[in-house]
This record gives sequence, structure tokens and C-alpha cells, in this order.
Amino acid sequence: MTNSPEATPDSNPASTATEGTPLPEPPAAEAGAAPTRAAARAAAEAAGSASDSSSVTPSGETFTRLVEPRGDARLVLGGGWHQISPKYVTVQFISMGAVLLLVVAAMLVLTLVMHQWWAWIPGGIFTVVLVWTLAILPRQARAIGYQLRQDDLVFRRGILWQRFVAVPYGRMQLIDITHGPLDRGFGIAQLKFVTAAAATGVVIPGLEQSTAETLRDHLVEVAESRRTGL
Amino acid sequence: MTGAAPHVPGPQSPAPGGGVTAPPTELVRSPLSDGEWHRLHPLTPLLRGGLFLIVVIGVVIANLRDRLVVLFLPWFAPDLVDEVPEWEGSGDPIDFIVANNLYLVAVLAVLGILIVIVAVFYTSWRFHTFRITGDDVEVRSGILFRTQRRAPLDRVQGVNLTRPMVARLLGTAKLEVVGAGADANVKLEYLSTANAEAVRADILRLASGQRLAASGAPAPGQPQPGGRVAALGQTVGRELTGLIEGPEAPVAVPESVVNIPVGRLVLSHVLSMSTVGLIVALVVLGIGASQGAAWMLFGFVPAIIGFGAFWVRSIVRSLRYSIAPTPDGIRITFGLLTTITEIIPPGRIHAIEVTQPILWRPAGWWLIRINRLTGKSATDGSVDQFTTVLPVGTQADVQRVLQLLQPDVPDDEWTLIVREGMLGPQDGDTFTNTPKRAWWIRPLSYRRNGFRLTGNLLLMRRGVIWRKLVILPLARLQSIGLYQGPLDRLTRVTSARAHVVQGPVYAHLAAIDRDAALAMFEDVARGAVRAAQTDRTHRWAEGADASSMTDAGAHGAGEPPAPVDAPAEASANRGAVGSASGSDDA
Repeated sequence: MTNSPEATPDSNPASTATEGTPLPEPPAAEAGAAPTRAAARAAAEAAGSASDSSSVTPSGETFTRLVEPRGDARLVLGGGWHQISPKYVTVQFISMGAVLLLVVAAMLVLTLVMHQWWAWIPGGIFTVVLVWTLAILPRQARAIGYQLRQDDLVFRRGILWQRFVAVPYGRMQLIDITHGPLDRGFGIAQLKFVTAAAATGVVIPGLEQSTAETLRDHLVEVAESRRTGL
Repeated sequence: MTGAAPHVPGPQSPAPGGGVTAPPTELVRSPLSDGEWHRLHPLTPLLRGGLFLIVVIGVVIANLRDRLVVLFLPWFAPDLVDEVPEWEGSGDPIDFIVANNLYLVAVLAVLGILIVIVAVFYTSWRFHTFRITGDDVEVRSGILFRTQRRAPLDRVQGVNLTRPMVARLLGTAKLEVVGAGADANVKLEYLSTANAEAVRADILRLASGQRLAASGAPAPGQPQPGGRVAALGQTVGRELTGLIEGPEAPVAVPESVVNIPVGRLVLSHVLSMSTVGLIVALVVLGIGASQGAAWMLFGFVPAIIGFGAFWVRSIVRSLRYSIAPTPDGIRITFGLLTTITEIIPPGRIHAIEVTQPILWRPAGWWLIRINRLTGKSATDGSVDQFTTVLPVGTQADVQRVLQLLQPDVPDDEWTLIVREGMLGPQDGDTFTNTPKRAWWIRPLSYRRNGFRLTGNLLLMRRGVIWRKLVILPLARLQSIGLYQGPLDRLTRVTSARAHVVQGPVYAHLAAIDRDAALAMFEDVARGAVRAAQTDRTHRWAEGADASSMTDAGAHGAGEPPAPVDAPAEASANRGAVGSASGSDDA
């Protein structure tokens, strides 16, 4: 259940194809999928030779240990999970810490200078929520993971409330990469996999920018080779 | 036609320009779908905006009636003439005209305005053109601000034909090519009914990817060598005769597989939760009135009127319902005053839900709704009309409709789905149900709450008071998710949700055994990929034999139809994947 640090998004589909499918595949489907996979790999290699990305590991470090809920009834899926960059936690700490400071400052001004004692109530609630969010954030960030399997992307997040989503590559409508000013300063980005269903909600935050771009190109390519109707 | 083409699609450009493929002539029946630009029905301006203009003129005349009578026909209203001096000094424009004797100028001004308005309508009609090529439907409109919209045919989600009351009287109809996005529909309003039917058939035939000529003699309306003028002349002539002969041009309509008696329709609306609410309100009112609060009666009158209007509207909308198979998909018709006919090609249905409210259970009635891409803009309120496929039907009706909606599921599978999925749980249940230890998550329905994965479908069964069965074709499934909260984990269960396009069907199932859910997650993920690879419905008749198509079309309407889409998948099995994925890469 650890991340394989040498695996790149491009090389992982091939590796997880052998290790990431605990259930036996129907032989016919295996035979049928083979040309598709070969084509995808060829396409990925072509892209790799152009941008020299297939030999490069995801730049920067990522978390290496996945945080999972205790209790053996938790949701478990085989295969190695890619994780996000620790910079995500830093960025979130800075931005949410700034909000927290603003709230506390506003509360202090209202109560001490303007003698509006009611301001303690909303301010206190807000502060508690923010502090709690910040406290659980490092663990939450370690629970985010994704797997690039042969034909689909699996995304997980959450500890207390676990969430697993599997999206076939062919369902991709578009890929969004967003990064705010703070994200850019730390060199991370958020990747969103959009399908025709709004509920899919696969949003991977805190990827290294180069990883996000490699991943995007890879996803677009495999989606192209598995293009289907809506 | 290239960009250098003139704005007005005049008769000087009969040949389609470079880059545009005219549809093969053996596939189109209507002279309007020959790959060139055509105009809409001549009455279009009247139907789209002219009625409004007439109303405005009517209001103006009604308001000026007294003045006009006094001015032009003073002997009809002698008592009004006495009032004329009162109007004199009020600065009224008509008084000004009368006082300065500007009749000629006034008449000329009114005439000028009318001519300008008519000219604008006429030009906008002339500039509003459409064409149907081998690959897409295209509409251009606007005089100053030109808009051009092109919809690729292999993304067509359905074609519907709406005939509002007024348009029906004039023998016209509105054709709407449904696309897959917000506000993505291409509208051809208005065409004569016969033309609209023919154009729709052409669009669907072209979209189906059918490359072989269907059997049968070529239609009489082939493009003449005389070119577009002759074709247009024919069209106008035919529309004029259509106008004279009557509103409803005879169109071959396939027979419905379901017949809803009016009594059942009315009763099904009466037996609804809104009626329960009404009865509760009546009881409250009775108690209130007996306690001396008679004023409550007055507050209740609007509510009664509202209920009545709601019932009448929803009943009228569902009247004349029919559903029938055609070679190009399911044809659904409904509406008494505004008739809507929609053809949904195969593979455009993303989720199906069969529901039975508890009040309908004694009668054994069911409701079927679907999720599909409607292409409506968010502000359009008529979306639900296109998602209710069967407003009320018996169990046999449901089975027939489901067989239309999912034609490639074997028959024995359907009996199982109906027996267990709709009516279950039964002895020897094949659904994977909620384990007993999780009864408290679904205290009423835990025995019924379960799922089942067949070859190409994921079935979710839930609800006791509102029995629901959700049928999800794996080929349309966007993604699958598992969710587990702390209480779920304590009970070793999970909830699952299938992500499909937006619509009334909510594919969610709580409290599944954790191991079963994980296995299902893997199976569904793999099954969705496999189903999507074998899916050929975006060009549903490609490679299909023309004779088999016509056979399917002539198939008896009372019987469940033969699988009309992609016969290769009718025997959908895993062995077909190899060849299918091979052509997918090509």
C-alpha cells in the first residue's frame, strides 16, 4: 500500500496492469484489450520521446505513506497509489492560516475596540472550524491517491469518509489544470478530470506542475485511444 | 458552400462547395435534405413573432377605438362626439394630427412602419436557412448579427418534433435536433408537418451511419435537375395544398406498444401524493371551519384552483401517449394540445428508473423515467417532458417499454428483472442485498435494498414505500464511486453511487456489504470499459444490413421488437471485444 516512487504516470499503466488487477480478467477481454493497450503504450512512448518525460520521475517529492482508516472494514484496493506533493499542505496552511488571522483580527477589533461582544459567537465558531480543518489537513492530504490502471483512473480520498471513484479513460471530456498564485509560487497545480456526469468529481490537488502536465498529456492520449460515445 | 458564398442562398449557387459532402441521394427522402441551403416554412415569421405583432396592433386599435370611431364614423356614436372638446387640449398625438390636418402624413407614417416591420420579418426569414449534409445539420440566421450553428450527426441525442396548437392549425411543426450540452439543440422552426417528418427521418438515417440504400423505390421528391428553384416551388406548392387540405398531413405512424386508457391516466394522477396533501389540507380546513374560523375557506380557494390546474395540465400533457419502435430508435409521442414526438436513437439513454409509489401498488402501476442528454438551456422548463418515458403502465407495459429502451438484453433476463427487480425480493433472489447486520441503515427496505450486475447492465433495487429499480447500461456509465462513513465502517458496509448524466434518476445504493461492494466496484469498472469498447451506437446502423433494417421497421408493433441497434452487439459477449477494439483504434 505504498507509493512506488520510481513509477511515472506513463510507465505505471503497464506495471499496474500486471500487479493491480487482483481479479482474473476474462481471457477474451484480455485478448481484445491487448491491441488497445499496445497502441496506448506506443502513443505514450512517442510522446515521451518528444518531451522526454517517460524517463523522468515526477519531479519533487510526494508523500510515501498512505493514511488509511483503522478497522479492517475499510475500503481497500490493490495496486500502488500515487500520492500528492507535501507542498500542498504548506500551501493550504498558508492560505487558510491567512484567513484564520484575518478572522481573529476582525474579531479582536470588533470586541476590544468597538465593544461588539456578540462577535465572539460567529468568530469563535469560524475559528474552531478553521483550526480543526488545519489540524486534520496533513492526514487528509496523505489519504489522497490515484492509480493509473490499464483502462481506468482510480481516485481515492478521505479517511473518516472514504471515497473511491473509478473512471474509464474513454469517458474523459476534458482535463482542467488550475493553479493559483500561491500554488505557482510553490510549483503545484490541481488537476480535474471532467466527464459527462457532474457527480464524478475527480479532483487531484497538490500535484507538482510538471507531474500535472505529464499526467494531463498522458490522460488525453489514452482517452484518445479509447474514445467512445458519451 | 464556402465562406465566399453570398449571404442570401440564392438560386445562383446550386452546387455544394468544397468540403461539404452532400448526403447520398439514396439515403434521403426529402428534397430539403440534399446538402444545400434551404429556407424554413413561409409562415415562420408569423408563427415566431408575427402573432405578437398582431396582438400589439389589436391592443392599439382597442385603445383607440373611441377616437377612431369619432374620427372616421362619427354618425355611429353621436354621444361620443360631444366629448371631443374634452380631448382637445390634452396634448394627445391624435388630436394634434386632427388639429393640424396631418392625415396623409400620419397614414404614410403608419404604412411606413408596417412596411419596415414586414420587410424585417421577410428578410429575417430569407436569411434564416438550414442545410443537412452527410455529416451535420447546420443553421444560419440573423441579418446584422449572423449566427451559424453546426451539429455533427454522430452526436445527435434525439430529434423531437413539437407542434404547438397554433402551429398545428397551420400544418407546421418545430423540429429540434437534440445535442449533448447545455443549450446545444439545433432548432428548425417551422417546417410543414410532412416535411418535418421527412427531414427527421433523413437526419436519423444519416446519423445512423447507414451507407447502404434501403430497399424500396426512391421517393418522388428527389432533387430535380431544374435545381433549387424548382424544388422550392414544389415545396411551397405542397405546403399550400397542405394548408388547404387540412392541418394534419397523413404520416405513417408505427403502432404503439403501450396503450394507456384515459381512465387509468386520470386515476393515476388522482392517486398521488399531492392528493394526500389535499385531503390533509381539507381535514385541517374542516376542523378549522367547525371551530369557527370560516375565513380559512377563502384562503383555500386558490389552493383548490392550483391543484385543479396542475392535474389538468399534467393529464393533458400525457394524453395521446404512444411509444413505438422505429429503425432509428424509439418514437415517443404525447400531448393533446401541444403534441411532441421524439425519436431517441439507440444508446442515448444513460439511466432508467422504474418506480412505484405505494398508492399505485394495489393497481399495479409503474412509472418509467430516464436520464438522457437533453441539450436544453438551463432556463427551459420543459425538460421533464422528455424524461418520463411511461407516465403510468402495468407490469406488462413496463416490460415492453424496457425491451424497447434496452433492446440488446436477452428476453429471459427481462423476466428475471421484472420478477425480482421490480417485485422482489423473492425466493432464490439473485440480487446482492443489504446484510442483516445493517438493517438499521435501511430499517424498512433492507430486505429489498440490493444490486445485481448482468452482462451489460447494473441494476439497483431499493425502496419499499416507493419501490424503485434503477437500470444502468454499463456502456453509458461515466464512473462508479464507493463511499464509506464511520458508521458504515462499523457495520462493514458501503454505499455505492453510479455517476451518470444529469436527470431525474439518482443511481445511489446504501448499505452494501463491503466485500461485495469492492468486488462490484472492480467488476463494474471493467464492465464499463468493455461495454464502451463494444458500443457502436453513435453510428447505430453502420455495417447493418439494409434488409434487416427494413425488417425491423416492419416488425409487428404488438411484439417486442427485434434488437434494431447494432446487431453485432445483440449477441453481446466478451468474444466480440477483439474485433471491436481493433476497429476502435482505426
